[in-house]
Amino acid sequence: MKPDALKPEALTPDSPGPSKPVGRKPRRRTGNRIPALLLIPAALGLAVLTVPLLGLLLRAPWSELPQRLISAEIGPALRLSLLCATIATGICLLLGVPLAWVLARADIPGKSIIRALVTVPMVLPPIVGGVALLLVFGRRGVIGEHLDTWLGISLPFSTAGVVLAQAFVAMPFLVLSVEGAIRASDPRYEEAAATLGASRWLIFRRVTLPSLLPAVVAGTMLCWARALGEFGATITFAGNFPGQTTTMPLAVYMAMESDPQAAIVLSLVLLLVSVAVLAAMRDRWLTGMVSR
Amino acid sequence: MTTPKKLSLTQRPTKTRHRIHRGLAGLSIVALAVTGCAAEDANASDNTITVFAAASLTDTFTELGERFEDANPGTTVNFSFGGSSGLAQQILSGAPADVFASAATTNMDQVSAETASPPTLFATNELEIAVPPGNPGDVTGLDDFADSGLKIAICEESVPCGQAAAAVFVAAGITPQPDTLERDVKAVLTKVVLGEVDAGLVYRTDVLAADVTGIAFPESEQARNDYPIATLATTSNPDLADAFVEYVLSEVGREVLSAAGFTVP
Repeated sequence: MKPDALKPEALTPDSPGPSKPVGRKPRRRTGNRIPALLLIPAALGLAVLTVPLLGLLLRAPWSELPQRLISAEIGPALRLSLLCATIATGICLLLGVPLAWVLARADIPGKSIIRALVTVPMVLPPIVGGVALLLVFGRRGVIGEHLDTWLGISLPFSTAGVVLAQAFVAMPFLVLSVEGAIRASDPRYEEAAATLGASRWLIFRRVTLPSLLPAVVAGTMLCWARALGEFGATITFAGNFPGQTTTMPLAVYMAMESDPQAAIVLSLVLLLVSVAVLAAMRDRWLTGMVSR
Repeated sequence: MTTPKKLSLTQRPTKTRHRIHRGLAGLSIVALAVTGCAAEDANASDNTITVFAAASLTDTFTELGERFEDANPGTTVNFSFGGSSGLAQQILSGAPADVFASAATTNMDQVSAETASPPTLFATNELEIAVPPGNPGDVTGLDDFADSGLKIAICEESVPCGQAAAAVFVAAGITPQPDTLERDVKAVLTKVVLGEVDAGLVYRTDVLAADVTGIAFPESEQARNDYPIATLATTSNPDLADAFVEYVLSEVGREVLSAAGFTVP
């Protein structure tokens, strides 16, 4: 049995074909049975990802849930979280999509360095981002000092500070996903538009952007979700004050120290919002993108 | 000219791949080393204790830990400093702590089921106003905390310094207008040191330890913080844990603590 089963697979790559990629294709379809060597770690991996969330559901104070949901703590924090994440995402869209286009298409020197710089906030521990923001936009920061003395603007401990912190950590997600889509898209449409006399701006607006819409929306969702979950940079840069800078993740952290049950309820709400975002993304855009 | 350039371009991917492989190999070596260390630590647990201590004890306990290790060769004292309420929650959740030193009796009471013996009081502390050098906000006393035009940082109410702050504001009849509620006293202090706030309410010991200016106020006597210490029942090394507690209560401990500004009983 075994050699026979293996034979066709082993042969396919070498089977005559016009080019290598075509010859390799059948290899991917090898069997529906998952080898045990993969199944066990795969199941463990799944457990690592899902068991903690299951624990959250198991330990949730379901009987007190309605009361706790209408308690004073959650409303302002959730409202602030949704508001800040949305504004931050708007800023990321306005600045991130052009940045993605420049990274993908513009002919400028040092592009790989720029791309690396864009990626840094993504791999950086957010708390480091918060420290960096404080040193630049704080009252004694490099830029913040002037903002404070000239314009009277102080970003730390303000809702604007929360938005800035969120935009800092979330923008790379948008930029990279949009940039990838631009790079993958066919430049011939744009070239065709150019030969027909369209200006660069018109091409970007009418040809590039519409074809990128699914990637932009997916990137926006990712960016929004990341902004919503932002914790480290926010607590370091924007501090913690209910209604002003206490977003949901901060509320969870603070509640965990005094009232763990409240922290679980807050976490449940955040989990629900995240799952809702994921579901919306999957139905509308992710499946569409995959089938493309 | 163009040919060599092209060549180097095509070569780059393989080079990068090599580099990545080398990087991964390096990472796995580091990982091995780290896990190796962890295993060694587990073996040496006979001579190692972990002390959970209030953030305000960071400097004094670090020094006491070093002195204790010198006095007892071969022993290791690890610390986890943080807000007392957070540490108490961690202990309740089964964190592997051997000794708990809290900045308030309330947080020690939270873990009363987990202590091996009744907690002992080893120090008291008082609040003081901390302002950045030069006092940019012209803060003169506790009344300034009600000024919404100033940037103010105080502790969140679940941690001892927040409870003490609430008590002094009640005693002084002031409604504070804070801009941020920090998770422990050191976080408040950091905001003052960086000049991000005009004033913060911290412990007298924190003022002494950092580059800030302290302003004492009479209401601070209304909210003295008592610091209890106790060995935890879950300790795997009760003898060493008790020895450390005794060291904190000893003459050396009292000396270090009072030098830092604590009042010792």
